[in-house]
Amino acid sequence: MNKILKRYLALALTAAVAGACGGGNTEPVTANSSSGSGTSQTLQINGAGATFPYPIYSKWFSEYNTLHPNIRVNYQSIGSGGGIQQVINQTVFFGATDGPMTDEQLKAAPGRLLHFPTVLGAVVPVYNIAGVSAELKFTGPVLADIYLGKIKKWNDPAIAKLNPGVTLPATDVTVVHRSDGSGTTYIFVDYLSKVSPEFKSQVGVSTSVKWPTGVGGKGNEGVSGLVTQSPGSIGYVELIYALQNKIPFGSVQNAAGEFVKASVDAVTKAAAAAAPNMPADFRVSITNAQGPGAYPISSFTWLLLYEEPRDNAAGKAMVDFMRWALTDGQKYASDLGYAPLPASVVMLEQATLDRIKVS
Amino acid sequence: MTGARTATPRRVLSALFVVACALCVGLALVPLAFVLFFVVSQGVQSLNLDFFTHNPRPVGEPGGGMANAIVGTLFLTGLAAAMAVPIGILSGVYLSEYRGSRFASAVRFAADTLNGVPSIVVGVFAYAVVVLPLRHFSTLAGGFALGVMMIPIITRTTEELLLLVPNALREGALALGATRARAVFTVIVPAALPGIITGVVLALARIAGETAPLLFTSFNNRFFSTSLTQPISSITVQVFTYAISPYEDWHRQAWAGALVLVTIVLVCSMAARYAAARVASIRGQ
Amino acid sequence: MRSSDFAFRVGVGAFAAALLLIVVAIAVTLANDSSLSIQKFGLRFWGTSDWDPVAGEFGALPFIWGTLYSSVLALLIATPVALGIAVFISELCPDALRAPLIFLTELLAAIPSIVYGLWGIFVLVPAVRAVEVAMPESLRALPLFSGPPLGVGMFAAALILAVMVVPFTSAIAREVLRTVPASQREAAYALGATRFEAIRAAMFFARTGIIGAVMLGFGRALGETMAVTMVIGNNPQVSLSLFAPQYTMAAVLANEFTEAADALYLSALIEIGLVLFVITLFVNMLSRALIWSMARQASPRPAVLVARGAEA
Repeated sequence: MNKILKRYLALALTAAVAGACGGGNTEPVTANSSSGSGTSQTLQINGAGATFPYPIYSKWFSEYNTLHPNIRVNYQSIGSGGGIQQVINQTVFFGATDGPMTDEQLKAAPGRLLHFPTVLGAVVPVYNIAGVSAELKFTGPVLADIYLGKIKKWNDPAIAKLNPGVTLPATDVTVVHRSDGSGTTYIFVDYLSKVSPEFKSQVGVSTSVKWPTGVGGKGNEGVSGLVTQSPGSIGYVELIYALQNKIPFGSVQNAAGEFVKASVDAVTKAAAAAAPNMPADFRVSITNAQGPGAYPISSFTWLLLYEEPRDNAAGKAMVDFMRWALTDGQKYASDLGYAPLPASVVMLEQATLDRIKVS
Repeated sequence: MTGARTATPRRVLSALFVVACALCVGLALVPLAFVLFFVVSQGVQSLNLDFFTHNPRPVGEPGGGMANAIVGTLFLTGLAAAMAVPIGILSGVYLSEYRGSRFASAVRFAADTLNGVPSIVVGVFAYAVVVLPLRHFSTLAGGFALGVMMIPIITRTTEELLLLVPNALREGALALGATRARAVFTVIVPAALPGIITGVVLALARIAGETAPLLFTSFNNRFFSTSLTQPISSITVQVFTYAISPYEDWHRQAWAGALVLVTIVLVCSMAARYAAARVASIRGQ
Repeated sequence: MRSSDFAFRVGVGAFAAALLLIVVAIAVTLANDSSLSIQKFGLRFWGTSDWDPVAGEFGALPFIWGTLYSSVLALLIATPVALGIAVFISELCPDALRAPLIFLTELLAAIPSIVYGLWGIFVLVPAVRAVEVAMPESLRALPLFSGPPLGVGMFAAALILAVMVVPFTSAIAREVLRTVPASQREAAYALGATRFEAIRAAMFFARTGIIGAVMLGFGRALGETMAVTMVIGNNPQVSLSLFAPQYTMAAVLANEFTEAADALYLSALIEIGLVLFVITLFVNMLSRALIWSMARQASPRPAVLVARGAEA
């Protein structure tokens, strides 16, 4: 017994020591990151949230890691709802969302959470209809009716009226939406509720709603995947997902009556109206924006940081990262289909970043 | 007396039955062949050195690999084993040595229950007791969840194997004056050791393929990490993330990851069984 | 009892107690964390279909429907196949083929669920979609086959579950058939039975064990998460149609757990986890009791050994 027990203990001890050594760079006590203020120690910061900005965040964190090799920001795109919940639980250091937190959610957080807009993006209606390669035109009310389940076939008069030159087949419309809590959903239903009172009363605005009909995909990725694989389907995704996967998307009629196809320029125009009236906490909706050329389903996307971060080193690193993202980082935005922030908003954010208590 | 093999309806029915059973076997082998064919053919295309040595690249940039995920899976299963093997084997010892007691019946019932708990529920449990209090998604939480799933498998196989050890061995040891502890650990367990090790390796192979308990415990990590308190990547979660994405490049990597996973699981299972068979034949059992 | 023996018992018993403690902890944690939802909704939780996180209304009927429907369908497909395999391998198969066939069925069980899910998304779903599209209009009008041809849905989920359940049920059925005393078969043959009739007699003798094997497969199907999540369509609706996207308890936990943004939502999800735990516990207990009782009736070996061996 002694021999076997000794052998086992030795093995276990070795494994434990090896494990501890492997993790030797990090301090197990602090939350979600390793302490160590010197540049020689690796600092890992975990964040989670929206899938909407995932393409640009993954680019940013990769570029930032190249510039600062000891700072690793691990971002997982689990949906805005997940980002909000996990940052409230403090199981991640920062969250990301494209649906601003509600007052109740902010109250539930153990500390004060600040919203920081990072880029602007657009939610586009993607579709997959056999034999139709033309770009379709949609209006807000028509989209609302499709998602309410009232428009069931592609050759419905409401759709046909908007697209006179296109032969629409009599196939069923397969509605695709998000199965997880999503800021992209928030932006989309926020817009639909503004243009369709019936949608507002029946479905409402939130990151996770009760959809009258349709199939659920997980993340922007899941919705794009489902639409590309299901003929006759329609979905809503962030612009870059449609562009990168070459999924056809339609134009949407804005408040001025024009049919606008989402683009960096059109999103910038939508933000231009909101910039002068930006509230101090940056929680603003710019869907159905007024003004010519504005794309109606545009939105800011936000990073969520605590005003008093639990981990000083991680807090400092994130503030430095934000300053980089608001300046140098913005140049990556348009290549990926996001619109850079208006200068006035960036200035306000720089001032707000000063509020974060780090030494 | 006639003995003639006339094709009476009963015989025809019997022959049809035999054919039907054979067809069932064929029917089951079809999806097996299908799955393996796709995994191998799709996965092999994306297996290259990069896959095993590089970490994931950002969206839209080609290349990159699953090095961090492969290491992560190995680390998580090792952690799970470190937790589950002592508890599992010693529980099995208790159940075989003190079979009649009420406590043993309760433990046996608990082991059976634990074995049937869906893996997602184990993940929820690990989230509640490890992730929330520590305020981390962590390798520790993932290893804990996998360990919880491993324990009942090891317990049951250990108990069963220890019961198969001939009583003569136990009685001989005790007759020579050994304490119970000595008898168990120096005579009985070693006699059953090959089977126990097989059981452990098979359990490892099984949990290496688990995804659900890791979704909200070890979470995921784009970077290479071996820290116990940080999230860690794993082949299964990475394959899931890539599979539901819209990017072709990620889909290819998902197939490659699946191929690696299936290879690990199959090689472990086969090696364990082969080794057990060899030992059994050597010992003349 | 010598003191070292006592120390041994306590020492080893502590580890056994750890196992017991873990199971109790799971039950207590689930019950405790779902108390908010249980208090608010009570039994209504299982009768209503309204899963509305915005309004704070949670009705879990679609999930339990989806779980039961998909598992029952899977059983209907898998049981005949699994029993056929068990019979073939244990009774009809040439000796040389036996080991390879057993190996192959175990291979089916060893493939991880995520790999089945991956194959499901890229191979099975398009195939099911093709089948749905090819169905004649007259059939499509039936409620069983209604709805747009998505590919993802109940049928795809049931097929994948069936594939995953077959090896379990067949392995246990095989063990159960092994314990049928030779005298039963010999008696049948002595009376002039054909192979079919002799096997039928053996199966009749082993019927409780076989039902236990089927139930074990059922328990497996109930808890399966990843493969189902990837092909079922994630739509919380109660629908008879095989082609409709639906939802299961395990799938909703996997999809929505990390983002339950308020205490009631989280509590509702954990209540679903609790119910899943209780249902699988019950099904597994029942199946083990059936297998055990049949083994005891059949064999002079300690019944527990047979039952254990059946599940190895």
